[in-house]
Amino acid sequence: MKFSRIIANSGEWLSGDGPNRHIVVSSRVRLARNLSKKPFPGWAKKAERLEVVKLVKDAVEHLPEMAESYSENLETLSSLEKQVLVERHLISREHAAKGVGSAVVMNAPQSLSVMINEEDHLRMQAICCGLQLDKVYEMINRVDSELEEVLDFAFDSRLGYLTACPSNVGTGMRASAMLHLPGLVMSDQINKIINSVNKIGLAVRGLHGEGTEAMGNLFQVSNQTTLGEAEDEIIGRLNRVIEQIIEHEQNARALLAQRKPITLHDQVGRAYGLLSQAYSMSSKEALNLLSIIKLGIDLCVFPDAHRFPIDELFIETQPAHLQKGAQTQKMSSEERDALRATIIRAKLLQVPQPDIDRLKIPTPATNEKK
Amino acid sequence: MQCDVCQSKEATVFLTQIVEGKMQKVNLCEACSKEKGVNDPTGFALADLLLGIGASQEIEKSPAAVKCGVCGFTQADFKKTGRLGCSHCYEVFAEGIEPMLKNMHKGTTHTGKAPVAYRAARVHGEKIKSLQANLSKAIESEEFELAANLRDQIKQVETELPK
Ligand SMILES: [Zn+2]
Ligand SMILES: [Zn+2]
Repeated sequence: MKFSRIIANSGEWLSGDGPNRHIVVSSRVRLARNLSKKPFPGWAKKAERLEVVKLVKDAVEHLPEMAESYSENLETLSSLEKQVLVERHLISREHAAKGVGSAVVMNAPQSLSVMINEEDHLRMQAICCGLQLDKVYEMINRVDSELEEVLDFAFDSRLGYLTACPSNVGTGMRASAMLHLPGLVMSDQINKIINSVNKIGLAVRGLHGEGTEAMGNLFQVSNQTTLGEAEDEIIGRLNRVIEQIIEHEQNARALLAQRKPITLHDQVGRAYGLLSQAYSMSSKEALNLLSIIKLGIDLCVFPDAHRFPIDELFIETQPAHLQKGAQTQKMSSEERDALRATIIRAKLLQVPQPDIDRLKIPTPATNEKK
Repeated sequence: MQCDVCQSKEATVFLTQIVEGKMQKVNLCEACSKEKGVNDPTGFALADLLLGIGASQEIEKSPAAVKCGVCGFTQADFKKTGRLGCSHCYEVFAEGIEPMLKNMHKGTTHTGKAPVAYRAARVHGEKIKSLQANLSKAIESEEFELAANLRDQIKQVETELPK
């Protein structure tokens, strides 16, 4: 499959539906695996890296999950194409910096991707919309089991899967969820939440920027440790914490709507006004305003039909996605800001003005759910 | 057996040392043992050879540090990159990595998924362990007939050793 074809559509995790979709944007599980007794990518010589790429790529391409897939050596991808994959969360920033001796394979719905010779020989991920870590783990676990039949993975009966960095040893698993938390940010509770989650051995990070500086109110929660706990225990712990964060976010939104309706109306109105009228917009401003529109959709101020087009803008207004669709070879940042504003205006034209009377306060989460 | 330091010559000096209540072993060839001053036990801290534990200046100066026999990685390389060279490095630098893992993680033993081959071995190991526990109980309570029976069972299970 060609790059242009795979990239023509948004990934399934963006366009699909899943539980708690209004707060949990996506769930993702990454597994690190290495071939036994072969130097890790960072230490291997070029010839050794090429050998691993050949071996692993062949195995991955033959997976039933990859029947329809895109598979490429990184040196044949332009830096722009690699950046597009980063913005879609399909490869890591570190992997995008690689060239000869590294590769990537992904399936057509972009729900599975395998980085070959990133920091480990294999970094494979499954990503899905909403909160469904168990399902995502099942997806990647199956791929792992299939690959295990043809590849000799480095494994120690006491330490588990062996990785280039000791911080990934054991399960080699990083499970994470991307959360949209405008309520907690607006009510100044986000730092409190971040601190308490960090205390129990999980990490919270802004997707673009840290803490209150996080752009677009997007945060990523993930496990920090990989040794001493089984996969389902790690995911169970993560699930419980995420469910609590969801509850806090819901309460914060309800409180905002009840006690500060003017502030909320004002914010939504301004976001709509700027996005639909501006002719130049930075990435930061766009992400923050789009986050408010997204909140508006959750609160029924905008029709739900516009959820996907707005979600898509979060990705489409990123620098590499803009450049990809541009006329000029290499846009200046002014040109980029102008193009970003144009794309957003065009989409906002389809979205009706905010209808404050339709605002529905989300039912505050209680313990007696279900 | 190969020398742990130069990874080339035959080891003739076998050293065991207790560091912080933990037994550590190093095998050295004649030349390396002299160079490291093994004959002078106070001048040779075994721990210093190994990653993580108070890496002394002695080691930083020494070019002939422990090297991974598979990939040629040394602890100096680890200091530089914070990454290991290959999966075998975990065995070579085990004593140094251990305390690091303890600090980093929830535990020091993997309890999660294992490749199919290891899963069989794990089940097998647990089976033998439980039989042995029963055996010592039987011996303690002087049930010798049961003990003999259990011993036979253990022998039987041990021959079924999975690869
Ligand atoms: Zn030697
Ligand atoms: Zn090694």
